[in-house]
Amino acid sequence: MTSTRPPGSAAVREPAVDGRRAAVRDGLGVGVAVGVSGLAFGAAAITAGLSVTQTAVLSLLAFTGASQFALVGVIGGGGGLAAGTLGAVLLGGRNALYGLRLASALDVRGWRRLLTAQVVIDETTAVATAQQGRAAMRAGFYSAAVTLYAMWNLTTLLGAVGAARLGDPETLGLDVIGPAVFLALLWPRLTSARAPDGARGQVGVAAAAMAIAVAATPVLPPGVPVMLAAVTALPALLSRKADR
Amino acid sequence: MNVWIAVVATGLGCYALKLGGLVIPQRVLEDARVRRFTDLVPVALLSALIAVQALADGRTLEFDGARLAGLGAAVAALLLRAPFLVVLVVAAGVAAGLRLL
Repeated sequence: MTSTRPPGSAAVREPAVDGRRAAVRDGLGVGVAVGVSGLAFGAAAITAGLSVTQTAVLSLLAFTGASQFALVGVIGGGGGLAAGTLGAVLLGGRNALYGLRLASALDVRGWRRLLTAQVVIDETTAVATAQQGRAAMRAGFYSAAVTLYAMWNLTTLLGAVGAARLGDPETLGLDVIGPAVFLALLWPRLTSARAPDGARGQVGVAAAAMAIAVAATPVLPPGVPVMLAAVTALPALLSRKADR
Repeated sequence: MNVWIAVVATGLGCYALKLGGLVIPQRVLEDARVRRFTDLVPVALLSALIAVQALADGRTLEFDGARLAGLGAAVAALLLRAPFLVVLVVAAGVAAGLRLL
């Protein structure tokens, strides 16, 4: 979900047709490559104790990898479902920001907007924003969206059914998949200086959040420490005047 | 709370946020503080999730050597710019391999 390759270079030549074709190629590539990781989610959800049906429904409805992994992580840790749900939804908050960014380019209304909303996620935004011009953005966005939605739900089901038939998930190392997914999602933010604070501010927040969550684990119900760690982002909101 | 309720509530909540982004007036993003906050919240949540899932079992902290080694391998793979799926396979493979010994 993070290693979305940079877009094809064909967009430079003829903006109208070639740009759109290159965008569709990007969309299909990202959709297939990232969609396969639904296998990992399906397996993780079964490991956490969800049924195959619950796993499949979660992928169909939520369709945002990090939130899904977060929820099943808390459930697997024997944690409070309310806190787990809240954490998962909060984590989905970044999709609202993507929507804000894409709204004018996609320019959808009515039932189209209701459908489009479901596929505004990390990968589709990455593909769309990598294109030049509105037609190419839309082509990239929707080709990634359709491919990824189909792949993610199919592979979720395969992963869940497969894991349900394997014995102890720990012998296969499946318990490491959850944290490894989060690490891979977080990595580019910690190593690139693209963020408003640069990478250093992000690393500081990450370290503080880890410390708070670990310190709170023995004293609070599972799921709550992760929510509590969100306070480490508050100083950004409280600072009276923003640097930039 | 039933697992089904959590599954449906997460689905609806995540959808509401996605739709919200498409509907909200663009002006909100003009405030740099809001932008920074919304940028940092996922960082905080993802970091906390990594720490808790690596070190905690319910409310007890535990050091599972194989799991931590798996995560270490994931870091190494990320440093080598391995693709997403390779990172996951390496992490699970190292943990599974160590448990086999």
